Amino acid sequence: MSGTFVGMPAFPPPVYPAFPVAAHEAVNNQTLRGNLRHATHTIRAKRAKAVAELSDWAALREAGKQIKDHTLRHLDRYLLQLEESVTAAGGIVHWAADADEANRIVTQLVQETGESEVVKVKSMATQEIGLNEALEAAGIRAYETDLAELIVQLGKDRPSHILVPAIHRNRGEIREIFVREMSEWGRPAPEGLTDSPAELAEAARLHLREKFLRAKVGISGANFMVADTGTLVVVESEGNGRMCLTLPETLISVVGIEKIVPTWQDLEVFLQTLPRSSTAERMNPYTSTWTGTTDGDGPRTFHLVLLDNGRTDTLADEVGRQALRCIRCSACLNVCPVYERAGGHAYGSVYPGPIGAILSPQLRGTASEIDASLPYASSLCGACYEVCPVAIDIPEVLVHLRERVVEGGPVTREGNKVVLQPAKGHAAERAAMRAARWTFTHPGALRTGQRLASRTRRFHPRTLPGPGKAWSGTRDLPAVPAEPFRDWWQRTNGGKDEAK
Amino acid sequence: MRVALFLTCVNDTLYPDTGRAVVKLLTRLGVEVDFPMAQTCCGQAHYNTGYRHEAEPLARHFSDVFGEYEAIVTPSGSCGAMVRELYPRMGERARAEGRGDTLAATLAPVVPKTYELTEFLVDVLGVTDVGAYYPHKVTYHPTCHGLRSLGLGDRPLKLLRAVKGLELVELPGADECCGFGGTFAVKNADVSAAMGADKVRNAESTGAGVLCAADNSCLMHIGGTMARLHTEMRPVHIAEILAATEGATEVGTRAVTEEEPRA
Amino acid sequence: MSSRERILGRVERALADVPRDDTPYDQAFARGYLREHGDRSVEQTVELLAENLADYRAIVHRTDPEELPYLIMRLLAQRGPQYVLVPPGLPPEWMSAADPTRVHDRAVSTPHELDKVESVVTGCAIAIAETGTIVLDGGPDQGRRRITLVPDHHICVVRVPDQVVSSVPQALQRLDPTRPLTWISGPSATSDIELDRVEGVHGPRTLEVVLVSGQASAEVNS
Repeated sequence: MSGTFVGMPAFPPPVYPAFPVAAHEAVNNQTLRGNLRHATHTIRAKRAKAVAELSDWAALREAGKQIKDHTLRHLDRYLLQLEESVTAAGGIVHWAADADEANRIVTQLVQETGESEVVKVKSMATQEIGLNEALEAAGIRAYETDLAELIVQLGKDRPSHILVPAIHRNRGEIREIFVREMSEWGRPAPEGLTDSPAELAEAARLHLREKFLRAKVGISGANFMVADTGTLVVVESEGNGRMCLTLPETLISVVGIEKIVPTWQDLEVFLQTLPRSSTAERMNPYTSTWTGTTDGDGPRTFHLVLLDNGRTDTLADEVGRQALRCIRCSACLNVCPVYERAGGHAYGSVYPGPIGAILSPQLRGTASEIDASLPYASSLCGACYEVCPVAIDIPEVLVHLRERVVEGGPVTREGNKVVLQPAKGHAAERAAMRAARWTFTHPGALRTGQRLASRTRRFHPRTLPGPGKAWSGTRDLPAVPAEPFRDWWQRTNGGKDEAK
Repeated sequence: MRVALFLTCVNDTLYPDTGRAVVKLLTRLGVEVDFPMAQTCCGQAHYNTGYRHEAEPLARHFSDVFGEYEAIVTPSGSCGAMVRELYPRMGERARAEGRGDTLAATLAPVVPKTYELTEFLVDVLGVTDVGAYYPHKVTYHPTCHGLRSLGLGDRPLKLLRAVKGLELVELPGADECCGFGGTFAVKNADVSAAMGADKVRNAESTGAGVLCAADNSCLMHIGGTMARLHTEMRPVHIAEILAATEGATEVGTRAVTEEEPRA
Repeated sequence: MSSRERILGRVERALADVPRDDTPYDQAFARGYLREHGDRSVEQTVELLAENLADYRAIVHRTDPEELPYLIMRLLAQRGPQYVLVPPGLPPEWMSAADPTRVHDRAVSTPHELDKVESVVTGCAIAIAETGTIVLDGGPDQGRRRITLVPDHHICVVRVPDQVVSSVPQALQRLDPTRPLTWISGPSATSDIELDRVEGVHGPRTLEVVLVSGQASAEVNS
């Protein structure tokens, strides 16, 4: 694969190193390890408790999976229905095939209002397409209003978590960022600000209030779009979402096409599973739903930008398409032992953690170093699948994408079927796998190898040089026994002779 | 009852004592054990690293070797999960690739009769007290594929609780992965090692002398980490604990044999 | 080709491997989950609502219609606001004993003007016991969405048991999706610092919910 691919904004995104390289840094950063450990362990226990409150959790999870699968299976029909109902309710629907197009549409819509600043609700889709940078290039300033996004924006940082983009920061670091940076963007941090979370939240309230009150354009994503009613849903905690959705005169929502559910009733599943899976609450503090525009209440103009950007390519993969069920709860990140130690930045994408490891290489393709390494960023322990409220079998998709990396094969990119070549850099591994396969289909050869290992065992080192260090740098090698089991079995007639 | 022992390639080559323990234990319980000499590897490492097509001949070979037995018992949660969970998936994928039902049909017979050892003991033989004696303080690490793919649940704990002399202590963060993950251990060595070190620290905090699990590949990683961190604990496969009886020498070499001189 | 056609075409091609399926939507999947959790009397459902509201730091009061005006008066007096926002259809008797100057929710008010008002009193559309949620639908006693957002103190009156449902499924069944809805579960909060919940960010930091009983004797809707 060469040239541009779906998901690449007009200005080239940073080139991220392969996952193990980035993870190496993170693993050795003790502050980061401590922050992540603390945060993920806090939420894990709470989630388990919130989920245990619902005796029908398994049925809700199954229904969520089936509703999403059904929707994906008839996605074209539901997209058309949604377009019709949003339009009937006074909204204006736009279609964006990729990031560039979405950014162009939004930039133009903002320019048409004559405004040069917008307030934003936290949105994965707009992060994915790099909307803030595109707006900046057009002279439009985008203010992130979610507390964690604010921390990231002020700190000139990258998000590292789907729900809590500043999870890698502890309260002390957040205080420092506020004190140092807030004055650059507007109201400075209060005098004598401490690192108490309540005070930090208060500082964000004061800093952003002026921006909310004067905002004429709000930009959001959406957690759900209801096809039959044309309703959009935003689930949030702080009230920044409500500010952006109701105070401005113009609202622009950029939403991935997979966010559809067929009917209003279907929300009864996800409004139970999402809050408990993400913030471990029975219900998040605020959920806003709106259907087009309402006279005298909220924005007078509502634009919905439906975003593809690799989603239809993902849909074309019969194993990988289940990733499109994702409702972005981030339970899989919080429970993942790899995420806990490597941190979100190592995933080189706005979608970190287990779900990111299967989404990014599908949305962006596996051509880059980072995307080809993501399917391997997992021990396949399965904890992610266990907690997923829409039952995405993440280990299954990871293994499937590993296959795509090492074997190549047919994939869909930008709507076209192409055949990928096996990735470079796996030649030695491929040869070893073939050799092992040959040995394992020839039991005699296996036995010869085992015996050789046993006879030479006194000469085996405990550590290995070169690539073997990847194991023996931190772990002793196992001692090879005097004889393999099969020799013992034969020598002792299945142990019978030994027992005598 | 006559069963086939699928020992796994790792145990056959590196941990024969686990195999001997399974034979001893099952024989004691009146089970006739056979070890088909043609057995090799289930193909899990190939499959999970992305070489599904290389894994297929191994799966077919497995089916050829074990297809005729009444039951197949393996002292490995992850190899058991490979057969039970992933062989059917391999069949489905072959079908989706337009290669018909042949692979699915070939693999189908071995799937339902493959049991992980503790499953076989509790579900098929219906025993929890296997007459073992093991006078040590032990903590148990449920390995991921046993825990989540096979759903072993509290079967291993039930078996351990019934062992005479054994003091079972709870492992903090037990259900967190140890960081082995097959090729993950070398492809993402830093993260794997960090997970292993945390697992060992949790195990040490229990004050147990033995960390027990139902998968030697995970124990190889945990044990290798323990050795490097100079902990006093030792890793022991659950089969070796369940096989131990009063008055008998422990089978586990990792437990009792002296270190041989190395070059 | 427009992007609309391009995307719809891609979807169609992406699903080429999927066997045609004409199962109607209402038979397409099993809703094997519960309509509500647990078996409760009407009183117990109201009690659960109160508990769950309080669990997420809403301040819960219980009263009857006669006492309601005095309770609202006291709650406002404790905060001492100069102005209080009222939606156009708020029952006048609710505010009959209150002192602060009433500010009416008007379309022309700017957000800056609303920001000068400290408190707001509204009714609600329904309340959900299992989650401790009140839902506003912009009805006459609730007003525009922004009036319950900008002021820092929200007093919300729930008529119990009429307006109380047990569960999320029951709530959705009773709500009108064409109206702009705001679901509120406790005061504004965030989990953004170390994934630990802290109350009080942009929305009202004090949420007082007044459960008024005795206005009607209908069963809890189910």
